[in-house]
Parts: sequence; structure tokens; C-alpha cells
Amino acid sequence: MSEFTLVGAINAALRYAMAHDPRVVVFGEDVGPLGGVFRATDGLYQAFGAQRVINMPLAEALIAGVAVGLAAQGMRPVAEIQFMGFIYPAIDQLINHAARMRIRTRGRLSCPMVLRAPYGGGVHAPEHHSESMEAMFAHIPGLRVVVPSSPRRAYGLLLAAIEDPDPVVFLEPKRLYRAAKEVFEDDGAPLPLDRCEVVRSGTDVSLITWGAMMRETQQAADTLAAEGITAEVIDVATLKPLDAATIQGSLEKTGRAVIVHEAPLTAGFGAEIVATIAGGALYSLRAPVLRVTGFDTVMPLPRLETHYMPSVHRIVEAARTTVCSE
Amino acid sequence: MSRVTGFAIEHTAILDADGRLLQPLPAWCADPAALVELYRWMVLTRTFDTTAIALHRTGRLGTYASSRGQEAIAIGVGHAMHPDDVLLPSFREHGAQLLRGVLPEELLLYWGGDERGSNYSAPACRQDFPVSITVGGHASHATGVALAFKLRGEARAAVCLFGDGATSKGDVYEAMNFAGVQQLPVVFVVSNNAWALSTPRAEQSAGMTIAQKAIAAGFTGEQVDGNDVIAVRTRVGEAIDRARSGNGPHFLECLTYRMSDHTTVDDASRYRNPEEVEPWEARDPLSRLRAYLVGNGAWDEARDDTLRASCAATIDTAVQAYLDTPPQPPETLFDFLFEAPPQALREQRRTMLDAVKAAQARAEASGNV
Repeated sequence: MSEFTLVGAINAALRYAMAHDPRVVVFGEDVGPLGGVFRATDGLYQAFGAQRVINMPLAEALIAGVAVGLAAQGMRPVAEIQFMGFIYPAIDQLINHAARMRIRTRGRLSCPMVLRAPYGGGVHAPEHHSESMEAMFAHIPGLRVVVPSSPRRAYGLLLAAIEDPDPVVFLEPKRLYRAAKEVFEDDGAPLPLDRCEVVRSGTDVSLITWGAMMRETQQAADTLAAEGITAEVIDVATLKPLDAATIQGSLEKTGRAVIVHEAPLTAGFGAEIVATIAGGALYSLRAPVLRVTGFDTVMPLPRLETHYMPSVHRIVEAARTTVCSE
Repeated sequence: MSRVTGFAIEHTAILDADGRLLQPLPAWCADPAALVELYRWMVLTRTFDTTAIALHRTGRLGTYASSRGQEAIAIGVGHAMHPDDVLLPSFREHGAQLLRGVLPEELLLYWGGDERGSNYSAPACRQDFPVSITVGGHASHATGVALAFKLRGEARAAVCLFGDGATSKGDVYEAMNFAGVQQLPVVFVVSNNAWALSTPRAEQSAGMTIAQKAIAAGFTGEQVDGNDVIAVRTRVGEAIDRARSGNGPHFLECLTYRMSDHTTVDDASRYRNPEEVEPWEARDPLSRLRAYLVGNGAWDEARDDTLRASCAATIDTAVQAYLDTPPQPPETLFDFLFEAPPQALREQRRTMLDAVKAAQARAEASGNV
């Protein structure tokens, strides 16, 4: 057993995959001797060499396109985009090529690739470094979208993403990279890519979130517990495919839900979860489903960031509202 | 000031528009049989092209991009490739695909709107990429494929074809740049056919040649007469052999002309003068090679008639196979998206199949089967 931060868990998963599967190639901007700007690839270049840990030219569309070519050749590329704000040139490759390679060739070629990117605010980064655009990826047919929220889940989910025979967008909550440590075995065990995880059991309200907002959501659950409201906390973890059964099962128990995400409200992935609840658990509902999210405005520079981010207070208020609405 | 660097772009032409040799034949085609083979493939490609356009006009094929006048590039490239190389075509290189082993009925299926047309059955093209409709989007794939070859120590090359319009895209430059950095076994071939849909070459780039873009990426580039299949085959063959033996990428600009509309739903008369097209009829890649072969006694009218009849029969058979292909089951809409479809997708699949069954039941109930 070892102790890992979330970024340490990412590093351990990459290291495990590279050591056990010669097809795994890691590449991206500054992932080589530096080990990536967040050190997710720390030591990999030194351990596996420049052939398998490749510093790429500063070109995001290229990075995604190289992954497509490698994957179609049976390799297991794991590409890093340095920050989510720089991922947009790569989206053409994801939509037009990676996500449709298998279906458009009727299975002749496929695209077992992982595109990793840190996302989200809260680390006082410059402009374009703090967005949460996961919903855009969830809208693309043919992709899996994974957002871990703890070291242990980051480790297992990344290993599963690398093993998966189809393209996976793996979004890492950079605010949590070093926020907490977990002890687990570095044994290469993958986690399922289609399961939400109930991380805290409760009966009064379901707090549904993913990635970095897990921290504020857990804190909100603590506050609510002190008031006698027991919240069930669900880590969605795999936005696509979405584990509707776990979410609906929770609502059957609690009858109330608050969905929390850092991304803007409108057409955020929370809307998909609301629809999932409405479609499968409407008659269990005892209160309107609420969303606590970022606002429909441009992600601000760091000085205004705290006003944008969903706070523990807002989550608690929303949960109270659902409980008191009867 | 001191001069830091300089460059020159060479141009190769071997067979002129009248079928006269401008220089001695290279060794690979010392035997006229090799040239006859290239001629056969070009005639087959043009026969396919003419037939595809006719199928479109009669409502039996979707939008189709003709390669008429550009056959020498596709055939030169396809002929120079080794079976274990990987082809990454744009959408106007049907000849290269045919030569690699893609069946004409597969090409027709694709252009007829059926994904099975990209599931090439011949072993030599199982790893070839499907056509890239997104212009230049496949250039980086070629570098990824070439990187896989390099990492595995395989003596193979990726061959990527695109048009002059694609060279305006960052995707193509990003790929070339990476190929240069990593010295990848990839050969980029641009069919500079003077037009990107309605936009002329001069409005794509102020560079005197497209080939010189390779210099910026740190490797060699050159021009060839793209209507001279001997020149294309010779130069691309050398580039592929260099790439396969670990000597890095190369860029070949083939000068040609798009004789057709951009596609079957385009009308080139809206933007280009017929007087510009006319001289290129006289530079046709097929007629110049035929003239050379006839002049050397390796070909004659009777053999030409036989070849045309045989190509027509081959394509007719392919057309029949295409038209006789049973429709895809509707559920294939879902079945190839993931290796193992997620639960939500399985539910959507069931929803669609229920709708299909319900529609059949309604049709049967109304006697309208």
C-alpha cells in the first residue's frame, strides 16, 4: 500500500500502464524531462525514455491527431493537453476522427486513445486555464468522458481508460491534484467506466457532483449533517456513459436532488442528470431538482473566481430548500 | 547581414504531354510491361470515374468527387507503395485505393452512402485509412501511423495524400512539422490541381511553390509533373523507399489540374473560364502514356480496345455488386460505435428497432408493404 495525491495517482497509473503494456505511449507538451506542468508525467521520461514519453510540438490538434494515428495502428496513446482552455483545436480530431473511426470503418479500424486534460478553476491560474467544459465532450457520440474526484478513483479510472478499446476524454480536477491523499495498492486494478459511486450514504437529499466540486459537496454534506439532514453524495465519475440506475436509485430513496458542477448552468451536464431523474425517478421526487453551478458567464480571472465558483454555502442552501419545500 | 540558409525546389518531368521522353527512363520501368501496368490502372480509374458520375446523374450514387485528369498521381503513388505501407487518402485518389486492393464496389458503397464501403476487405488495405472528407485532418494521423512504425522498428511508410487547399490548413503544417522533428517514415503527396473547390491556387498561398513548405518543416520537398505518371512513380517511389529505410519524411508537390467540377454537385462554370481548362486536355496523363507506348510498339489500338472493354466489364460487375448489396440492418447504426456498447446506447438501439417494427406493422396493416 502507498499513499497518493490525485496527481500522484495519475502518475502511478501511467507508470503502471507503461510498465505492463509496451503499446502505451505518453505524449504532450512538456511531458518529457519536466514531467508536465503539474508533474503528472514526473519521472516517466527518465524511466521509459524519449521514445515512449514524447515532448510534442506546441500544437493541440496535432497531439490529438497523432493519437488517432497511433491508436489506429494498435498502440495505446495517452495524450496530454496542458490545460482545458487549449483543448479546442483538438476537438475537431475528437469529433471528426477519433469518435467515429470504428463506426465509419465498420470496426476495421478503431481508436483506443486517452486524451487527458486538467480542468477547472481555483488555482489562481492565468486566463484560459480554468474552464470546465466537460459537457461539450459528453455531447460527442463515440467518446467516453471520465472525471475522477479522488486519488483512488483517478488511478483506477485512468487505468480503465487506457485499457478501453475506444476513445476516452479524461478530465482531471487540477484543484484537487494535491488537495488530499489516499492509501491504496498500486496493483493496476481498473475501475468500471460506467458506474457512479455513492461516496456517502444518506436519506434526505442526493447531492450529485463530479471532479473538483466533490470537495465543496462533501463539506456541504457535513454542514447539513450537523443540522440533521443526511445527504447522499454521488460521484458521477463517468459522465458518459452515465450510470442512470445509480442516480435514479438514490432519488427513489431521498426524493430530493441537488446537482453541483463548476461549469456554466445552461446546457451543463447537470441538465442531463435532471433529465435522467425526470425520466426515471419523477414519481419519487418530493421537491424540485436544483442545480448549483458556475454562472453563464466567462470564467473570470482569479480575483473574481470565488464569486463564480459554487460555494459550500450555495450547496447547503439549495439542499435546505429541497428539504424545506414540502 | 549574412546568409543563414537558402533553398531550391527541383521539378521533375520525364514524359512530356506528347508522350516524348525528356530524359532516359528510370530503371524500374526499363521493361515496358511496367508502364503498361500503370496505363491499365489509369484506364480502370477513369472508367470507374466516368461510371460513378453516370450513377450519380441517374440517382444511384451520392455526391462524388471526380479524379479525372489526376489519375497519374493516385496510380503513381499506389504503384510505388509496398503492401505493408499505409495509405491515408483524401477524397480524390480513387486510383490509389483501387491499386491498393480496395474493391470498386466498396468505393461505390461509400460514395453511395453506406459505411461498409470503408471496411476494405483486401488484406493489403486493411490498415489503410478511409478517405478524409475533412480537408487535411488526416495529415496528423499519418504522422501517428508513422510514429507507430518507428516505435515498433518496422520498415514501413505512411503515405498521405491531399490537395493544394489542404496545405493552407494548420493541421497539415502541424503534421509536417512533427514529421520533421521526429524524422518519421511518412511521405506527403499534394495533388496541386489549381483549385480548392472554387478558390484558385493563388488565393491559397503567396508561396511560389507548395513544395517549399517542407523546407520550413525541416525536410525535403520537390515538384513533379503530376500528369506524368512516370515522374510521379519515380519520385514518390524513391521517397517511400527512403522513408522505409529510416531516412525520414518527404514532400512531393504534383502539379496537375482538376478537369472536373469539384464534385458532382458543383458547377465550375460559375468560377472558372473554360479557356483555362482546355490546354490541360492536351496534357492528359492517359493519352501521353498511351502515345509513348504506341510509339515504342508496346501498345496498339486493338490492345487499347480490349483494355477498355475489360475495364468496362470490371466496373460493370462492380456496379452490379454495388446495386445488389443488401441494405445494412438498421441496428448497425449503433453496432460499431463502441466495441462494447454502453447500456444507454443499447436502450436507444432498442427504441429505434421498436420504431422500425412499428412502422412495418403499420405498413402491413395498411396493406402498403
